[in-house]
Amino acid sequence: MQITVNDEPREVHARTLGAILDELGYGKARVATALNGFFVPATQRSVKAVDEGAVLEILAPMQGG
Amino acid sequence: MKFYGTELSSRLMLGTAQYDSPAILADAVKAAQAGVVTVSLRRESAGAQAGQAFWSLIQSLDVPVLPNTAGCHGVREAVTTAQMARDVFGTNWIKLEVIGQGDLLQPDVFGLVEATRILTEDGFQVFPYTTEDLVVAERLLRAGAEVLMPWGAPIGSGRGLNNLFGLRALRGHFPDVPMVVDAGIGKPSHATAAFELGFDAVLINTAVAKAGNPAEMAKAFRLACEAGLAGYAADPMEERDMAVPSTPTLGLARTLGGEML
Repeated sequence: MQITVNDEPREVHARTLGAILDELGYGKARVATALNGFFVPATQRSVKAVDEGAVLEILAPMQGG
Repeated sequence: MKFYGTELSSRLMLGTAQYDSPAILADAVKAAQAGVVTVSLRRESAGAQAGQAFWSLIQSLDVPVLPNTAGCHGVREAVTTAQMARDVFGTNWIKLEVIGQGDLLQPDVFGLVEATRILTEDGFQVFPYTTEDLVVAERLLRAGAEVLMPWGAPIGSGRGLNNLFGLRALRGHFPDVPMVVDAGIGKPSHATAAFELGFDAVLINTAVAKAGNPAEMAKAFRLACEAGLAGYAADPMEERDMAVPSTPTLGLARTLGGEML
């Protein structure tokens, strides 16, 4: 199915957020996720269903002021 | 002075952005003996390791982190970013920025109050980046903030404390609220001035990161903060409009320059 990841169109097969992260290659990376504008905690990713057309944000630690 | 129950090892908070290399950042944090470092979140593509490498570096420095919501221009965006930051960094602390005006990166104080309320109810301990406005401060405290972060001047401007009267009034009006002067500090003397006004900490980024020698500037800021804090604690004298001789006049010779007075 087609979803949008960090503003980029992506084709994925997995149907849960956790599995999609694995499929996209994030593995065990320390990232935060939001689905369709709503925060999804790491503890809920494995059961969080993702539908066609979903908008996914994946954020990582970065320098900040 | 405690920030949400935590006594910091130093009143100098240091931002981690804009350094030319991770090594320069690490040297600056060590030279500053920073009590807190600020961090953020950004998009990263799969396979990219910058974020993970940065987080490893920060962990190795063993300094408490204060995540921010930099770049957020709305309440919902700031709240979601704060929630994501808590998930990644494992702290309830959040430096809450809701930017309302692009040229000056001026806080949207209305959105800031609303986001503070939402995040406090969600268990966050909010450090709101605000102006020196007393009424806004009152609303932020009512919304649940127990720390305030008034700006000295616009972010990255290096202009120092733009509104001394306003900052002094804010400090005087809420004497028991921990306050951090955040943004606009460009030189060590600006940091000293903030402490001399009675502020409890300063947050500095660009002034150190963009100095010719960041580690030396970090050290200078550390010393400036210590000087300002110690000076304020020592209860400075009152200013006067007229001169008062510092050398005792009692017993002064009656002749000066060979002339009898």
